[in-house]
Amino acid sequence: MVTTTTAPEEARPSAPGKPRRRRPSRLPRSKLPYLLLLPAILLELLVHVIPMVVGVWMSVLELTQFQIRDWSEAPFAGLDNYRATLDVNGPVGRELLHSFWVTVLYTTFSVGLSWLFGLFAGVFLQRPFPGRSLLRTLFLTPYALPVYAAVITWTFIYQRDTGLLNELLTVTGLTDERPFWLIGGNSFWALLVVSVWKSWPFAFLCIMAGLQNVPTEMYEAAAIDGAGFWRRLKDVTLPMLRPVNQVLVLVLFLWTFNDFNTPFVLFGGSAPEQADLISIHIYRSSFITWNFGQGSAMSVALLLFLLLVTAVYLLVTNRRREHA
Amino acid sequence: MTAAALVLAASITACGDDSDGGSGGGAKTLTYWASNQGASIDFDKQTLQPELDKFEQQTGIKVNFEVVPWSDLLNRLLAAATSGQGPDVVNIGNTWSASLQATGAFVPFDDATLGAVGGKDRFVPAALAAAGAPGQPPAAVPLYSLAYALYYNKKLFADAGVTAPPTTWEELVTVGKKLTKDGQWGLAVEGANPSENAHHAFAFGQQWGGEWFDASGKPTFDTPQNVAAVKRYIDFMAVDKVVNPSNAEYAQNQSVSDFANGKAAMLLWQAAGNAFKAQGMAADAYGVAPVPFPATAPAGGKKVNSMVAGINIAVFKHTKDKDAALQFVKFMTSDAEQVQLNKTYGSLPSVTTVASDAAFQAEEQKVLASVLATSAAPLPQVAEESKFETLVGTAMKELFADAASGKPVTEQAVKEKLSNAQQQMGS
Repeated sequence: MVTTTTAPEEARPSAPGKPRRRRPSRLPRSKLPYLLLLPAILLELLVHVIPMVVGVWMSVLELTQFQIRDWSEAPFAGLDNYRATLDVNGPVGRELLHSFWVTVLYTTFSVGLSWLFGLFAGVFLQRPFPGRSLLRTLFLTPYALPVYAAVITWTFIYQRDTGLLNELLTVTGLTDERPFWLIGGNSFWALLVVSVWKSWPFAFLCIMAGLQNVPTEMYEAAAIDGAGFWRRLKDVTLPMLRPVNQVLVLVLFLWTFNDFNTPFVLFGGSAPEQADLISIHIYRSSFITWNFGQGSAMSVALLLFLLLVTAVYLLVTNRRREHA
Repeated sequence: MTAAALVLAASITACGDDSDGGSGGGAKTLTYWASNQGASIDFDKQTLQPELDKFEQQTGIKVNFEVVPWSDLLNRLLAAATSGQGPDVVNIGNTWSASLQATGAFVPFDDATLGAVGGKDRFVPAALAAAGAPGQPPAAVPLYSLAYALYYNKKLFADAGVTAPPTTWEELVTVGKKLTKDGQWGLAVEGANPSENAHHAFAFGQQWGGEWFDASGKPTFDTPQNVAAVKRYIDFMAVDKVVNPSNAEYAQNQSVSDFANGKAAMLLWQAAGNAFKAQGMAADAYGVAPVPFPATAPAGGKKVNSMVAGINIAVFKHTKDKDAALQFVKFMTSDAEQVQLNKTYGSLPSVTTVASDAAFQAEEQKVLASVLATSAAPLPQVAEESKFETLVGTAMKELFADAASGKPVTEQAVKEKLSNAQQQMGS
């Protein structure tokens, strides 16, 4: 995110005297920025950093209900929790690995589809036409709805006997059998549909904003050169959207990979194994089975994985931009 | 990370509670978390408020209370235990007694403490046995008692020419097959609810001679007895086909609705009368019988057809006024309150003195009382009990899902699921 906001600013300053003029005034005021940032830093510490450090501390303890009142009594477990968590031949590690792959698949599909829907809806709504603002509002509704209310509605839709989806499927004659959507293999696809439904409006919103910055002259020039729709999309729209997409895909990836609300409301505390997302899996490992140390170890492992993916992603996309 | 953030958030909110939890200079104040016993939170508020007003009149102690939904209660209790902040007196599901006892957050009811609330002999022995690990002073005292029973729809039975409720599983299957027709099913189960599944796993396990934990507290999930017991329960859907496959996704008490609306003719449930009433089913439309047994008891099988279900009341050690808290527990378990509250909730009193009260002579209450007195056993009172419910209950949920989608549920499949659940206990 940082790179996208600072890059244009650095490129812009054109008055040669400006940087020099700023320098003398910076010294006496050097403390002011820190002072202004202090409240934010304190809150950041309180809300993010301290719980994270506590989580890391918990992950090296053998913390169960026996010690939950007084953590100092919890035996130091060292890396035992990590060993059990990451040993893919053991029962705990095997289940976690399964859950990890389910989540990878889920995130890939969800982010990919949300981005595609957002892109096409954004491109088609780029030019003014009657009813455009109505469609925009309509498309953004899922994003504006409270998650719990929205997902509960989906659980009603997915009920096997009384749900709207099966009603539609049987009325239209697509199936004779009423399939299950909340248990078994279909539960993965049911979860994916809700996830895409919930997150594509965000992609749409970002891409729509990004498209405002594409000068119409570029499309006009492309049209004069005889470029059709796909060519314009490939050679004008997508390159111009690159900075937006870079952030958008990363944010969608992180949100989707960590998504807890959607599966929790859809399936309750115990998700079907085909849709056992990692956040629910960790919740079950720490809160329902009261093994807080192990749950924290899983969380820290997940954090490291996400950090790694994010770092690699930023490195690769930035390098590609520099080369471009 | 999620865990740490949740615990921290919970302790922050708990800190906020402190201001009204502490006893100020003059008037004493207690904070009480009640569990959701009636059809809604509001119903419970209206039920409890007049009683708590009575308590304030008698003792001058004001009780601020909150009715906590079941889905939140355990997490909230854990947060309170972790932070040492929060309510003085709480309701707990009695199956959590040993797990919560292990946190050491509750005042143990040793003989002296029991004496302060009326003495050990006041309480129904089976209910008191489900208030903590054996050999330790209970972590709570029983407040409301419940047991499983077989509920059956009288009209559907009469229409199918069935004159008496089944007393064996074999009879239940025969009757169930007669009643399964035209969109109507013999039996309803709550297949996606891990707790319900685990409660049945326990009772069936007892009947088939199985134990879920050995004497040293180690899990023994995949013994042949437990496999047979779980398979018997799943087979109502998988083999006998007297359960609607849709029940495999039921987790919001849809099975109770199905029974109340005549879509299913039988239901195994704890004190369901009030729930039926809330769904508009008249009390004379259904009959109540004890949960069946196998026709011939398997080797080692026990005469158990229900867990000792119920709600206990406990006092947090961090209370600033233990005497006032115990006074409140004594009040809630007094004869008058036991009659009043259990009558309203359709449950049974946890004290022996009022068992013969006119309020508990309806057919349902008589059956439940006799089951509790003669053929109910407490769930294993071990610290890992809540793990057992989650893991075995979830394994059964997956087996129901297989059965519903037409996959054969073999003995091998059941054993694999139970072994897998057992392995996860070891960590």
